[in-house]
Amino acid sequence: MKLYFKYVRLLLKSQTQYKASFALLLFSQFLYPFVSFAGIYLLFERFGNIHGWTMFEVFVSYAVIVMSFAVAECFSRGFDQFSNMIRTGLFDRVLVRPRGTVVQVLGSGFDIKRLSPFLFSVVVLILAIVFGDIQWTFVRAVMLFNMIVGGTVIFSGIYMLQATVSFWTIDGLEFANIFTHGIRQHAIYPLDIFPRGITIFLTFIIPFGTITYFPLQYLLGRIDGMGWLYAFMPLAGALFIVPCILAWRFGVRKYTSAGS
Amino acid sequence: MISFQDINMTYKVAKRQQGLRAALKSIVKRDYTYVEALKNVSFSIEEGEIIGYIGPNGAGKSTTIKILSGILVPTSGDCSVFGKRPWDNRIAHVKNIGVVFGQRTQLMWDIPVIDSFELLRDIYRVQTADYKKNLDELVEIFSLSEFINTPVRQLSLGQRMRCEIAASLLHSPRILFLDEPTIGLDAVSKVAVRNFIKRINKENDVTVMLTTHDMGDIDALTDRVMLIGKGQILYNGSFEQMKSKYTNIDEQSRTIEEIIAEVYEDFSI
Repeated sequence: MKLYFKYVRLLLKSQTQYKASFALLLFSQFLYPFVSFAGIYLLFERFGNIHGWTMFEVFVSYAVIVMSFAVAECFSRGFDQFSNMIRTGLFDRVLVRPRGTVVQVLGSGFDIKRLSPFLFSVVVLILAIVFGDIQWTFVRAVMLFNMIVGGTVIFSGIYMLQATVSFWTIDGLEFANIFTHGIRQHAIYPLDIFPRGITIFLTFIIPFGTITYFPLQYLLGRIDGMGWLYAFMPLAGALFIVPCILAWRFGVRKYTSAGS
Repeated sequence: MISFQDINMTYKVAKRQQGLRAALKSIVKRDYTYVEALKNVSFSIEEGEIIGYIGPNGAGKSTTIKILSGILVPTSGDCSVFGKRPWDNRIAHVKNIGVVFGQRTQLMWDIPVIDSFELLRDIYRVQTADYKKNLDELVEIFSLSEFINTPVRQLSLGQRMRCEIAASLLHSPRILFLDEPTIGLDAVSKVAVRNFIKRINKENDVTVMLTTHDMGDIDALTDRVMLIGKGQILYNGSFEQMKSKYTNIDEQSRTIEEIIAEVYEDFSI
């Protein structure tokens, strides 16, 4: 952990070397979430509600997903760009150092420009809290926090799987964007507006339902009882990371027996 | 200290085809070709030696270094470094070795050299007192004091290579693997780097194994050369002997490069 923060400090130092370029990057990173936010706003402006969900309710879901995604992109950038590490042979360097591979790969790419979507999602969340009508309780506060943590872990897991695939092939990895960017777009909206297949996929395969849809219903007072169950559901969804780590280990073993 | 016994390394390489259809097909069923990178390779190295490891591109030099440094597990055969198999416990093994890949940097591009050194200190868990002692010594040997606070991107190639080698010695490894340490350097820097390697070997008793295409390196540095071609060790002995075998009396002025080219031709590699 100490080593990881050392990596982060140095990467921050290198990323802020060029002040103007850094400022522009921050601005450009802000545009994408802003546009998708504007999309939601215009949609609700026109239709009032979707399937009984109001705009501020969807804002909560939006903020959770965008925030999780931003934090995951920031911390798991190393896994996102891992195919480059294989291509350039830098992974050999990781293997000749006396530390675990996960901490070294994480440490290879902390990406501070994701700060802008993060801040933007904070603003949206505040809007939703102020103008929406959530009845705040302690359970609900814990729940909201867990939703963000769970989301971050799941997105990181997807990046890890994407990185693992590059032990076998580095062709066509853009395919994995379906699961990150694609899911980000879908998981913003409550699951019950989608066909059943998508709902099942997003609950049991890649468990985004556990970080937004199900707890969200409790958070917004649509269902009662079992508050703590819903509050910790996102952390159960975060167990998704376990098979991801196992797959990663398997990939590393494969690499050492076959080379690049 | 290092022994390499009957090592075979066979890579399974997926055939690649052009186009989307072929790419999709290759997910389901792949055609493989087998490349034998090392064939029954055996050798041993004693503590304190400087070994020159030469051979044309693709002969198996990097594969050997990767096996010795615990990155790759060979298909068959046994290897022992300090009495242990490198790949049995990667983390314990790599604490004892330093590796410099000449063409890839291990220093962070945009920040001062000293910051990368401190990161390495934390990675290798070097004690503060040992780190300070090693750092002072390496700064002196490699004359780093003028540019240790300069970002890596502003260094010349020669300066950078000195930093690279120093960086891989911070944790006092007992063996140093150098993969083409003088590649792309000008004559002055080459001579400097060679002198540094000699000094490290003598004063710190570090065993050095270096691969190179620069025969000047071999001449200036090594006690022994191993020539590899097509995955097999073709020559293992003193460089002087190899030279005299290929130099006729009337051709005293031949360059080392010419001699090596003839050796390669002789073994048809």
